[in-house]
Amino acid sequence: MAGPQDKGAVLTDFEETLSSQANRLVDHIQRGDFSGALGVISDLNETRDRTLYQEVGKLTRTLHEAIRNFNIDTGNEHSQEELSKISDASDRLAYVVDLTNKAANKTMDLVEESMPLAVATKDEAAYLKEAWGRLRRREMDPSEFRELYKRIDIFFADLTRNSDKVYENLSNILLAQDFQDLTGQVIQKVTKLVRDVEVNLVSLVVMAGKVDRITGTRHEVVEEVKNDSLGHGPQMNADKRTDVVSSQDDVDDLLSSLGF
Amino acid sequence: MKILVVDDFSTMRRIIKNLLRDLGFTNADEADDGQTALPMLKTGKYDFLVTDWNMPGMTGIDLLRAVRADDSLKTLPVLMVTAEAKRDQIVAAAQAGVNGYVVKPFTAAVLKEKIEKIFERIDS
Repeated sequence: MAGPQDKGAVLTDFEETLSSQANRLVDHIQRGDFSGALGVISDLNETRDRTLYQEVGKLTRTLHEAIRNFNIDTGNEHSQEELSKISDASDRLAYVVDLTNKAANKTMDLVEESMPLAVATKDEAAYLKEAWGRLRRREMDPSEFRELYKRIDIFFADLTRNSDKVYENLSNILLAQDFQDLTGQVIQKVTKLVRDVEVNLVSLVVMAGKVDRITGTRHEVVEEVKNDSLGHGPQMNADKRTDVVSSQDDVDDLLSSLGF
Repeated sequence: MKILVVDDFSTMRRIIKNLLRDLGFTNADEADDGQTALPMLKTGKYDFLVTDWNMPGMTGIDLLRAVRADDSLKTLPVLMVTAEAKRDQIVAAAQAGVNGYVVKPFTAAVLKEKIEKIFERIDS
């Protein structure tokens, strides 16, 4: 790829030639020298064509380079997608979705397994506390006491087992967070690829812009239609923007200002 | 009380169902977008709808509009639980007749408060 300085040089030369020749053209016409004028026009055309070929050539080279950088094998139509880094990036992001999904489900499995243990322990403790109170107030008959005696025994055994289980689940929940390390690495790689692609695209756009200038092509810019109804997903830097709420309090304030 | 939870991510549906269960609502079904949810709502005699906004197929706001346009469903209480945080969108949801709006990420306390507020209003 040509350096940034000679990128502009050809175009500047062309534009300088254009303005100097324009003066010569006017001169010839004013002097009534039409064949001289046509000669200038033909020179101009030639310069324009030459510059155009050069710029298109550069554009094509940059395009090839960009394609090479994206790792797309243009010779192999069937496996183009598999071979492109973009597709690899999609796979990597799918892997992130998969990994985070598994971690979330594993965590929820363990939480759902632990919750009933906590509830059972709490319920049994509440019963025993009440029974213990009656015993201390000497409101308990011997048969009930024998029942309580057995139940306390069972409670201690259950308490040990449940606590062990809850502890084990908690430590597995801790381990289930290891996805963050892996997904973080993958996302950083994909972010780098997106940046590289952006740089390549920007240089393509710059090249294409030069061709547009030489050929006098103007593109109509279609304004993007914004559709709130499709949804935008999570907002970044919400606290720095005024069109976005940054907390539930903001939502509540907005709704109450609407009469909610 | 029969509740339908609509979200395209199964983990979020699971979280919401768990929180609902803690609040004493044990009868909750799931749908992964508006298109799946709407026929369920029409036949399932649901008392409450909790929906996300951004979903493939049919979005939550379109589902809300479809619910309000349907004679048998138009009074169904709808709570939106979504990452959509643009003021214009919240206004649009209010205009479409949403009963509550919770932005993700949210806490169990916020969800509880909004649900209680919705039922207080209905009961009064």
